[in-house]
Amino acid sequence: MDWNIFQQYGPMLLRGFGLTILCWLLGTILGMALGLVIALIQRYAPRPVGWIMQAYIEIIRGTPFLVQLFVLYYGGPLIGLRLDALPAGILGLTLYGSPYFAEIFRSAFQAVPHGQIEAARAIGMTEATIVRRILLPVGLVSALPALVNFSIILTKETVILSIITVPELMYQTQRMSTETFRYLEANLALALFFWALVETISRFGRRLEKRITGYLIERT
Amino acid sequence: MFSFQTFLDSFGPLFWAARYTLLISVLGIALGLVIGTLICAAALSRQIWLRRFAGLWVSFLRGVPLLVQLLLFYYLLPVIGIDVPAMVAAVVTVGICASAYISEIWRGAINALPKGQAEAATAIGMGPRDIWIRIILPQAVRLSLPALINELILLVKVSSLVSVVGILELTRASQAQAATTFRPLEVYLAAACIYLLINLFLAALGRYLEHRMAV
Repeated sequence: MDWNIFQQYGPMLLRGFGLTILCWLLGTILGMALGLVIALIQRYAPRPVGWIMQAYIEIIRGTPFLVQLFVLYYGGPLIGLRLDALPAGILGLTLYGSPYFAEIFRSAFQAVPHGQIEAARAIGMTEATIVRRILLPVGLVSALPALVNFSIILTKETVILSIITVPELMYQTQRMSTETFRYLEANLALALFFWALVETISRFGRRLEKRITGYLIERT
Repeated sequence: MFSFQTFLDSFGPLFWAARYTLLISVLGIALGLVIGTLICAAALSRQIWLRRFAGLWVSFLRGVPLLVQLLLFYYLLPVIGIDVPAMVAAVVTVGICASAYISEIWRGAINALPKGQAEAATAIGMGPRDIWIRIILPQAVRLSLPALINELILLVKVSSLVSVVGILELTRASQAQAATTFRPLEVYLAAACIYLLINLFLAALGRYLEHRMAV
């Protein structure tokens, strides 16, 4: 085993790690936003639109992320969607995460006591106000653990972006190992690094979850 | 333009390659069930170091992306003197990865059973082995069935990653097909359709079994 390679390749790996975090953050935030929109559409749009959304959810959840990326990155140009690896990767993560987030929001909205919504209607709140003042804050409290959980799962999915040549951490590690023939050290270090990262994020996530829950309960 | 003919033509060879996708997923979940049961037993054991080991096992396998695990085992096995075909290495990795999730599924199901049942069984003089075989396991299996089918669906999707180590399953076959036809969009969409078919079938099977086994 030879660990000197990490000194030499340090800056490259660090840049890769930065990109991993960037992809993860953007993918999570955009995916969550899209998921919220889908959940709201399913709740308020007419039936046929809801069916289309349901089909979208089933298709994304029923196919591997890698195949979705291939369709987007290699198949996209055929219909005029020409994206670089990085935007394609972030878009892929967003599309991949959105149905899972949508389902989390949907079940959270269903958990909001119906009486509260009826009461709001009775005192003359508009639907938009009900969404903003009741559905979202109350729903968010019950959705939060699942949202945090799925965001953590998405950290691990970012490594798949390396296959469509997004130069994130996994890609840089692979490059390092093919240049130095240190496959085992590189992959072992990567595994330990991800382990530490996921453990840290989940710990931090739980704490954040408690803070936000406390804040939301205070507000409502 | 989208060529519908290429899309349809892709199905033949891809269906053939999907055998390996199914094989890897099914063998993976079988191995995962065996290891997962052992890990779950360790997690529920009275020995503290066994519980620690199980905790570490689950935390590591759930914290490391499968693609990284796959390459790690792929390069690790020859170094420690185990020389196996890529296919075996892939199934073992998928199985080990699944074992962490399956052990948690078992643990959840066993913990969900009312404690009073085991106590009542002890009170009427049943031994620990009888309690496990006749009371806890049959109920735990029924409770965890939907989660296990979900895990199988996950594995079908996860098996696409073994294409990276060169196994000619559905994803790898579509890569080859896309390279020869120069029509990646049609070919990958066909592959997506096949994955979707497999998973919709599994989901329906899961609902049927859940319905059958409901009390």
